[in-house]
Amino acid sequence: MVSLKELSKKEEKLASGHRLCAGCAEPIIVRQILSATDEPVIASNATGCLEVATTIYPYTSWKIPWIHSAFENAASTIAGVEACYQVLKRKGKINREIKFVAFAGDGGTYDIGIQALSGAAERGHDFLYVCFNNEAYMNTGIQRSSATPMGASTTTSPAGSVIPGKKEFPKDLTEIMAAHKIPYVAQGSPGFYNDLIAKAGKAFSIKGPKFMNVIAPCPRGWRHPTDKTIEISKKAVETCFWPLYEVENNEYRLTGISKLIAEGKKEKLPIVEYLKMQGRFKHLFTEKYKHIIPEIQSRIDSDWGILKKKCGY
Amino acid sequence: MKILGMNGDNAVAYAMKQINPDVVAGYPITPQTIAIEKFSEYVADGEVDTEFVAVESEHSAMSACIGASASGGRVMTSTASAGLAFMWEMLYVAASTRLPIVMNVMNRALSAPINIHCDHSDSMGARDSGWIQIYGENVQEGYDNIIQAVKIAESAGLPVMPCFDGFIVSHAVERVEALDDEKVKNFIGIYKSEHPLLDVENPVTYGPFDMYDYYMEHKKQEHEAMKAALKIVKDVGKEYEKISGRSYDTLSEHRLDDAELAVIALGSTAGTAREAVDEMRKKGINAGSLKLRLFRPFPYEDIRNALKNVKAIAVMDRCDSFGAFGGPMFSEIRSALYKTSDAEVVNYIYGLGGRDVTTNHIKKVISDLNNISTTGKVKEYVQYLGVR
Amino acid sequence: MKGWKEIPDGGLILEPGNSVEYKTGSWRAKRPVWDKEKCINCLICWIQCPDNAIIVENEKIRGINYDYCKGCGICASICPKEAISMEEEK
Ligand SMILES: Cc1ncc(C[n+]2csc(CCOP(=O)(O)OP(=O)(O)O)c2C)c(N)n1
Ligand code: SF4
Ligand SMILES: [Mg+2]
Repeated sequence: MVSLKELSKKEEKLASGHRLCAGCAEPIIVRQILSATDEPVIASNATGCLEVATTIYPYTSWKIPWIHSAFENAASTIAGVEACYQVLKRKGKINREIKFVAFAGDGGTYDIGIQALSGAAERGHDFLYVCFNNEAYMNTGIQRSSATPMGASTTTSPAGSVIPGKKEFPKDLTEIMAAHKIPYVAQGSPGFYNDLIAKAGKAFSIKGPKFMNVIAPCPRGWRHPTDKTIEISKKAVETCFWPLYEVENNEYRLTGISKLIAEGKKEKLPIVEYLKMQGRFKHLFTEKYKHIIPEIQSRIDSDWGILKKKCGY
Repeated sequence: MKILGMNGDNAVAYAMKQINPDVVAGYPITPQTIAIEKFSEYVADGEVDTEFVAVESEHSAMSACIGASASGGRVMTSTASAGLAFMWEMLYVAASTRLPIVMNVMNRALSAPINIHCDHSDSMGARDSGWIQIYGENVQEGYDNIIQAVKIAESAGLPVMPCFDGFIVSHAVERVEALDDEKVKNFIGIYKSEHPLLDVENPVTYGPFDMYDYYMEHKKQEHEAMKAALKIVKDVGKEYEKISGRSYDTLSEHRLDDAELAVIALGSTAGTAREAVDEMRKKGINAGSLKLRLFRPFPYEDIRNALKNVKAIAVMDRCDSFGAFGGPMFSEIRSALYKTSDAEVVNYIYGLGGRDVTTNHIKKVISDLNNISTTGKVKEYVQYLGVR
Repeated sequence: MKGWKEIPDGGLILEPGNSVEYKTGSWRAKRPVWDKEKCINCLICWIQCPDNAIIVENEKIRGINYDYCKGCGICASICPKEAISMEEEK
């Protein structure tokens, strides 16, 4: 268990005055993740809401060294930073420990950035990659990505009179990263901050490439009230839509509430509990499209079964 | 000094070994591949301290270079053709973030159809990206340019792209006078970045979101830096002459003093042009040639001076600028001469995709110029040379 | 506003965290009101505030930083003791 009292004494690495929407999950996740290490951290950031809203010139919310260079290359940019660190350390020009982190949205990770991420992971750079998964291209106005859930209405997968929103299930990027057999891969949710901070702390302590996929409710894109961000991020876990787990040295482990659900100590909620809180799924509650919900439920159940098996249940 | 027999790619790798950069990010593409292979050997044999990042794409090569350069390291890479095109987005980022990255380009045509041989479409496509561009004629110049490029980049606070012709230079074994390692080391000195990202005590934000309120000020800074780079290129050239005995400026003239006709080329064709000029001179035709070394920043005053007495000029572009009035060099040279010269300026687009250009081709160009000069008539301002 | 000679080259920002000069409190439509009596200082609202607008000193909540609070209401919705309530901004 992390101690919030202890954490509250540390200096914040993300300053107030950023212009992310009210209730946005992204800065919550940044604060939680960066609170997990006492070492100096350097971040790269892909183009997206977080990058734009925290560095509107001449202001920056970053109190750590930070670099944005483009959309698809948070991983290769931090790879260059880390490479430079390694050589300068070898030459004795730097002798302190520094942590490297890449921040990117789901668009910048699942889609356009997957090549750079895969490459940097395979090359073994010492960095933590954090994907802020708000399940769409939010900064350009809520377009679908390959992380967008089936049935969600976005501006490029709108729910219409014949098409019920996005027709495809999202790709499982966490599994793709686990298949890289890097030392640490995890899924987290800001609602379960203990779990998320513990995972980030573990990730920071491990050498080599680490990947964390964090669900990041977006009030604007998911169409939910700004005060429901945390509740929804918990419902995602409680319905097993977004299980909490980690893969450490290829060993799968459920964590937090997900572990309790697997062990029958906590109830697995039906997916409607998650869907009904969000406007992007509103059309699924109409006569015409209500058949979609069982499809989503059955996919979740099947994915959950597979994951449980991997975790030894 | 050492006399070596090397092709252009190996000369680049050799110069890079002597420079011993902090980070090199590389990706294979013909005709550049040999350079990163050779450099990888230097790394494998512990002959350099460099962190070599064998990236998964050129986009990542330039992204990693940007990250490493922002971190305060001396950073290099090389590429060609599609590789450079794939980096396009990041070229602008490197330049406008004012990162002194050095990237050799072994000029190669762009697809389609896919072609691995020389023309200048790749680097000319990047001419407005904010990189300093220097074109070398042969292996020796390729070697010399890359060493100067490090110093130019770090003095100007801008990335530099030394270019030479793919295959024609990259794969041709020539005699190279290589400087002693110590000399190179002293010449380039130690790089000290003003705001390294790795300075965790003084956190810097690199690459913020810029609106219409400041973006133009940042572009103006870049504009001025590029202007100032002209003198830096000249100064570094003079300094380099002191240690190498070889002189470098923005351009070099061949028999232009009393010439009425001039051929302008960059890269390996400049040598062919000199030969053609010499042969035409023997026939009593008053020709000269100009080799342009620096394309960005464009040395328009030097060009005006060099061409002030000529009556007809042929600009040789090894790349088309489709739909434009001539190739990129043609447009720039005509613009440089506007109101300062009465010469007729014509354009030849030649050598695309490695199409051979011989002295005979250039002799024909000089004959054309002679006709223009004597008749005062231009049949065609822009034409393809050596096409069926 | 500064001219091109007065700003750092390359778009760099050399003042870490200077966004504090930009007050986002004006975005607020509703304001969280914190009840010291009900608060048990669990700090959950602090760790889940997107704007770092919960003021914590010596492990205890001291109040809300209205300069930055955008009024999202997360704190009020997650407080286990209902120590924060949302009121209309006047
Ligand atoms: C090469 C390139 N293509 C497209 C864009 C436009 N673009 C900027 S941000 C963005 C969406 C970002 O989405 P995501 O990565 O999910 O981050 P979010 O804003 O949702 O946090 C897009 C499409 C770009 N900047 N660069
Ligand atoms: S659009 Fe969504 S992700 Fe972007 S700042 Fe607003 S709430 Fe955050
Ligand atoms: Mg997104």
